[in-house]
Amino acid sequence: MSKCSVGLIALTSLFLSGAAIAQEKIRVGVTATLEGTYTVLGEDGMRGHQTALNVLGKKVGDKELEFIVASTDATPDSAVRAVRKLIEQDKVQILLSPLSGDEGIAVKNFAKTHPELTFINAASGAQEATYVDPAPNFFRYNMDGAQWQVGLGKYAYETKGYRKIATVGEDYSFIYTQVFGLVLEFCGAGGQVTNRQWVPLGTKDFASVIAALPDDVDAIYLGLGGADAVNFLNQYQQAGGKAHLMGGSIMIDQTILSSKGNAKNALIGTIAASGQADTWEDPSWQKFVKAYQDAFPPNKRFPSPSLLATNYYDSTMALILALREVNGDLSNNQAKFKAALAKIEIDAPNGKIKLDANRQAIGTNFVTEVVDDGKGALFSKVVKVIPNVNQTLGYDPAVFAKIGLPSRNVPECKKY
Amino acid sequence: MSVTHDARVQVRPATAQRPALRGWPEINNPAAWIVAVILLIMPLIANGFFLIEIFATTLILGTMALSLMLLAGYAGMVSLMQLTIAGFAAYMVAVFGVSGNANISLGWPWWLAVPMALALATIFGTFGGALAVRTEGIYTIMITLAIGAAFYYFTNQNWAIFNGHTGINTVATPHFWGVDWRADIPFYYIVLAVAALCYFAVEYVSRAPFGLALQGVRDNPRRMAALGFNVNAHRVAAYAVASFIAALAGVLQVWNYRQISPGSVSVGACIDVLIIAVVGGITRPIGPYIGALIFVLLRTFALDFLVKIGLDGNRFRLLIGLGFLAIVFWSSDGVIGLWQRWRQSQRPAANRAGGGGRGHG
Repeated sequence: MSKCSVGLIALTSLFLSGAAIAQEKIRVGVTATLEGTYTVLGEDGMRGHQTALNVLGKKVGDKELEFIVASTDATPDSAVRAVRKLIEQDKVQILLSPLSGDEGIAVKNFAKTHPELTFINAASGAQEATYVDPAPNFFRYNMDGAQWQVGLGKYAYETKGYRKIATVGEDYSFIYTQVFGLVLEFCGAGGQVTNRQWVPLGTKDFASVIAALPDDVDAIYLGLGGADAVNFLNQYQQAGGKAHLMGGSIMIDQTILSSKGNAKNALIGTIAASGQADTWEDPSWQKFVKAYQDAFPPNKRFPSPSLLATNYYDSTMALILALREVNGDLSNNQAKFKAALAKIEIDAPNGKIKLDANRQAIGTNFVTEVVDDGKGALFSKVVKVIPNVNQTLGYDPAVFAKIGLPSRNVPECKKY
Repeated sequence: MSVTHDARVQVRPATAQRPALRGWPEINNPAAWIVAVILLIMPLIANGFFLIEIFATTLILGTMALSLMLLAGYAGMVSLMQLTIAGFAAYMVAVFGVSGNANISLGWPWWLAVPMALALATIFGTFGGALAVRTEGIYTIMITLAIGAAFYYFTNQNWAIFNGHTGINTVATPHFWGVDWRADIPFYYIVLAVAALCYFAVEYVSRAPFGLALQGVRDNPRRMAALGFNVNAHRVAAYAVASFIAALAGVLQVWNYRQISPGSVSVGACIDVLIIAVVGGITRPIGPYIGALIFVLLRTFALDFLVKIGLDGNRFRLLIGLGFLAIVFWSSDGVIGLWQRWRQSQRPAANRAGGGGRGHG
């Protein structure tokens, strides 16, 4: 009898301690594109997230962070489904989501139906997510696609001497935003964008696109990513393409630069702009690269973190630092936590980041050029560093609003 | 040759069962009553996530697959465009109704937008069907798949109506009589009511003169034509009925997610509906719902499951595929077939001896 009751007490205390531990956990849901065209990007994003946890730890005061991962495929519906599962089934209190442009727009709209929770954008870069009708509980610590192109247009026009360019891009919001940033600056400097081609996300056969590329341009701008970019480069090389290339932020990125095969060599010498540059000498960037390289064996990572890894790192960093600032206090619909997120300024590896009134990042941008390191590995080398890039790209907000929202043919090629 | 020959109403010897054949077979089946009661009190059992993400989603997908079951099981036509029709209805609700994309949506109230969407989707599906009935077997599959693929790429690239890859966000859901019908419990009951309605409608059709003629057309179109039935008209009518059912499911889907985008009508998703129907079994209307439940459970929990047993979560699609492969391998007519075979093996030996004697005689 006594044995039995001792066992019962032991069992009860076990359950109680289990419950006590459960109370001290803060549940965070993470989504990444672990399926589809952007799988490689999603996987590296998760590596960046893991690196942040290695560096910063999972403890917030006496509470422990618990992360639950869900997969998406870069379509907005998969993102909403994943986020709903995380909220409703896994009962997460904070979301670190999503990765891709249209996902961001859908999740931002979805965030409004859960005003009590906090959504921290992981990496998506469509302008609309924070510029149009922003959700008060949606925070973005990465710049949008247009901000990531700042500096490229001027560099192409003034230093490289390109006068006429054509663009090829994936037909969705993030690439529209990138081309928006490029066109504004390039046409503002006096250049001409003669042709804009759009291909569906997940295109495998680029033959007709390549055949339709104009000959009378100085350079071709590529706004592609993941498997699409590799497919394009393969077919472009087979077709004997020789034009100067310019790249978008996920085109000139380790996700492409360290792909297998020769196709990537077409990119050597390509100029691009992005929220990071692989060979930046800044000590905090070098420290981050080291932490990333140490966290994973060489065959399970890229030689250097991709833009996605950096974005996931930054957003995870903001989340943990803001939580520590309020000592993990999520009471009162997370009001204190949200306030801390809104005013936190993080010392991210790719430059200081703070938020504007729409909870959109103001950060540092890099103009880069692709170089071969002599051993066959490609890296993006810094050409120019531009600090304090805001969402209106330095334009007066009223003028910026007149340009319109990024789309297939907005902005027009003229000086605003 | 039709795809299925065994979607017959009776499996048992037709002696004492004859009267029941005219009525509803569920009435004398205790299992059906138990399922009905469980479904009705589900909100007491399941929380928001299981109620909506698992059970309501199952009922919505099951209703889409039901429309395929009606075509494949009773008319021998495998249509891969049922999801496309549902997606078309969903898009029409978003376009005619109220959404966050004010430059596209016309802002009609839901009670105008929904009938409009249902009507247009039914017309769309009927036209698609009218094209497809000129063909048989694999060619029907190809034509309907082509319609599905064309619609997907069109929505993906058309910005004027379908808003391209972004799709239409923040679609308004109905509020009336002081109830938010998208709140978990009211929405579950709406979905349940629509699914039940569709289920019984299909069951009724299968025993109505129209449905019997359809099954005749499936088994021997030439003889039916000789008897004076207009074979193609029956097939097109079947497409119209199935399209209406799929459209209802589409309206529920857009209310469920409050958004619609091309990913929801992708070719992969079209084939998912076929998988659901085949896994569940296309010989009876209950099959698609069983298939949908298995599909939704696998889709939702495969990743968690793999991580929990310490494997690489990235391979969760493999688990889903293996699950379906196993079901189709063990039973060519889906879970329903497994169940029926199990029931037969459980039957008393005497009964079976009688049946066997007749079979050999």
